[in-house]
Amino acid sequence: MTRRQFVAVGAMGGAAFAIGCKAPKQGNWRFLSEDQARTLAAICDRIVPADDFPSASQAGVLTYIDRQLTRHYRRHRDAYRDGLARANAMSINRFGRDLAGLVSEQQLQMVSAIEQEEPKFFDLVRSHTLEGYYGSPRHGGNRDGVSWRMLGLAEPPPLGRTQYGLRKGSGE
Amino acid sequence: MKRVNAVIVGAGAAGGIVAKELSVAGLGVVLLERGKWYTANDCRKDDLRNQRTTVLGNAFGPEDEGNPRVWVDAKGMPHTVLPSEGAYQNDAACVGGGTLSYGAQAWRYLPQDFRMRSTYGAPPGSSLEDWPISYDDLEPFYEKAEYEIGISGDYSATPFHGPRHRPLPMPPLPPGREFEILEPAAKRLGLHPFHIPMARNSVPYNGRGPCMRCRWCCGFACEVDAKNGSQNTVIPTALATGNCDLRTECMVKEILTDDRGRARGVSYFDANGRLQEQPSDLVVVSGCATESARLLLNSRSRLFPDGLGNRHDQVGRHLQGHHYTGAIGFFDFDTYDDVGPGATIAISDYNHGAPGLCGGGMLANEFIRLPIHTVDRLPTSTPRWGLGHKQAMRDWHKRSIVIIGPTQQIPTAEGRVTLDPAVRDKWGMPVVRISGNVHPHTFEIGDVQAKHAEAWLKEAGAVKTALMAGKPETVSAGQHQAGTCRMGIDPQSSVVNRSCQIHDVDNVFVIDSSVHVTNGGFNPALTIMAVAYFASEALVRNWKGTGFRS
Repeated sequence: MTRRQFVAVGAMGGAAFAIGCKAPKQGNWRFLSEDQARTLAAICDRIVPADDFPSASQAGVLTYIDRQLTRHYRRHRDAYRDGLARANAMSINRFGRDLAGLVSEQQLQMVSAIEQEEPKFFDLVRSHTLEGYYGSPRHGGNRDGVSWRMLGLAEPPPLGRTQYGLRKGSGE
Repeated sequence: MKRVNAVIVGAGAAGGIVAKELSVAGLGVVLLERGKWYTANDCRKDDLRNQRTTVLGNAFGPEDEGNPRVWVDAKGMPHTVLPSEGAYQNDAACVGGGTLSYGAQAWRYLPQDFRMRSTYGAPPGSSLEDWPISYDDLEPFYEKAEYEIGISGDYSATPFHGPRHRPLPMPPLPPGREFEILEPAAKRLGLHPFHIPMARNSVPYNGRGPCMRCRWCCGFACEVDAKNGSQNTVIPTALATGNCDLRTECMVKEILTDDRGRARGVSYFDANGRLQEQPSDLVVVSGCATESARLLLNSRSRLFPDGLGNRHDQVGRHLQGHHYTGAIGFFDFDTYDDVGPGATIAISDYNHGAPGLCGGGMLANEFIRLPIHTVDRLPTSTPRWGLGHKQAMRDWHKRSIVIIGPTQQIPTAEGRVTLDPAVRDKWGMPVVRISGNVHPHTFEIGDVQAKHAEAWLKEAGAVKTALMAGKPETVSAGQHQAGTCRMGIDPQSSVVNRSCQIHDVDNVFVIDSSVHVTNGGFNPALTIMAVAYFASEALVRNWKGTGFRS
């Protein structure tokens, strides 16, 4: 972990821990078990890792996915259940530990392996991670519009402006 | 139920106009809509659930629950698909139809677009044909649509348009940054760039204010009601006459016919799922190309064993939309200004006349993009995930321009809607089954269009470009769907006559994009509207109390 990542995790992860990981018992998630959530977080956080801006799980992507697995993505429940189990099995087979317990470099290797060997599952998690990270905060991901601010977009966006407020070159 | 003069099935672009024209002329009308009536207050600005990005479903219908379709792939394998999936070829199901949430490009087709077979000859294996009406027939009705619905824009910089009698009623919006980058580049290439005509208030019009230029445009209901569709123009006018009864969440089951083979009304499931019968003197089908065909095919009786209007197996054929191709360019300066609607500049230089190609299409810059649109629109060397992907999002989200356009499809008789023999919807009715593809020549035209788009981006200073020109294994019908109840003179090769009246049954009309013989190289909404005004005028003119002068 670079110093930069450490600072980011310190700043952003604190909030995530307070919300997501305080009490390691059932009830934090609507669909996922705690073990599944840890494994999924390990994969999501390689898809969108932390740097100056938070990682996927720090921005609420797990909340997004978990919530949708009880709603619009109910049809993907089996894919998650089986895919996460296989991912952990692969990890134990290769490194002797489950995915969440690996160090960062090993996780990166494992996620590359999942992309190769379980492409359908990986594509599903990748799509859902990017939706959660870059989509609307209303669904539990992209907490406080953090990815939009990362891209330099005004958040909250200016409201009520009309063409009469627009001036050429004003950037507004 | 009390008998009325007309039942109109579907309150979209066409159905709303027919309802207005008939009720203003004094006919008693029932307007049935399967979806709900949303307003500007229903603009959720939800990046993941709208009519364009549908990963969490369609914001304005239909719902994924209980509304399946079947798509038959190139190998002949059927797949059950959901409304939020691309292969479903969805069009919104609500009052206003697609016009509630569309990007609102409001194009007139070109005169040649109505004479495609005469202009090019039909490529072998295609069903390319001329319309039985011309641009000149439609011109007054294009104008009526432009003024009643409310269109902004400016055609003066391009010679590529048909004759017009009046300018558009509203000026274009002030140009955005992409316009300022792309306009001089197009001119250097000898092209004729101009302001896209839009069903969008640029100034106060029709009692509503102008566009506030937000980031959530195409696919969303407009927060300030500055986008003009049938739901905020003609339908309120129809209701104000007192002659029009709009019933929402009503799904029509079939058109009922009598022993003499004339329509006597419709049966429908109301909002509570109860089957109702609405008797009427005439029936207008305006459910969009896929659903209008389905309703006719589902309206079977002793006299019409294969469905209404389908004596010659024409209903559902020639399904088409647009084959979208173009290119994305990446720049070493900011191109993004966060000012909607984003799509502002177009060229029609490549719609017709390229040697060896049967047509082409308009090219325009893309609507304003949300971050979720960018995740898979990054330079081809970008990793699909990880820090490299995250960095590329930061590098390119504000530094890319997409130029894309609707290549006019060369239709085939095999691109079609039929009824699935097994799958039923939540009302127990057979669902749409979509099969076939466009003619391969469509892809050849699309590839050339993509290269034109790329050349324009390079001239504008793009440091990297990538072509966007796939070859989907399905007709790309979607929101631009058309062609399933072809308009024609010969009853053996078409479904309706030039007044949109079914050849077989003089009191049933199909008035929507289904009747389009070909679909132009432009977004079809304004043509759907113009045809609706044209057909309504004929209908009212020939109406004699309870029957037709014919």
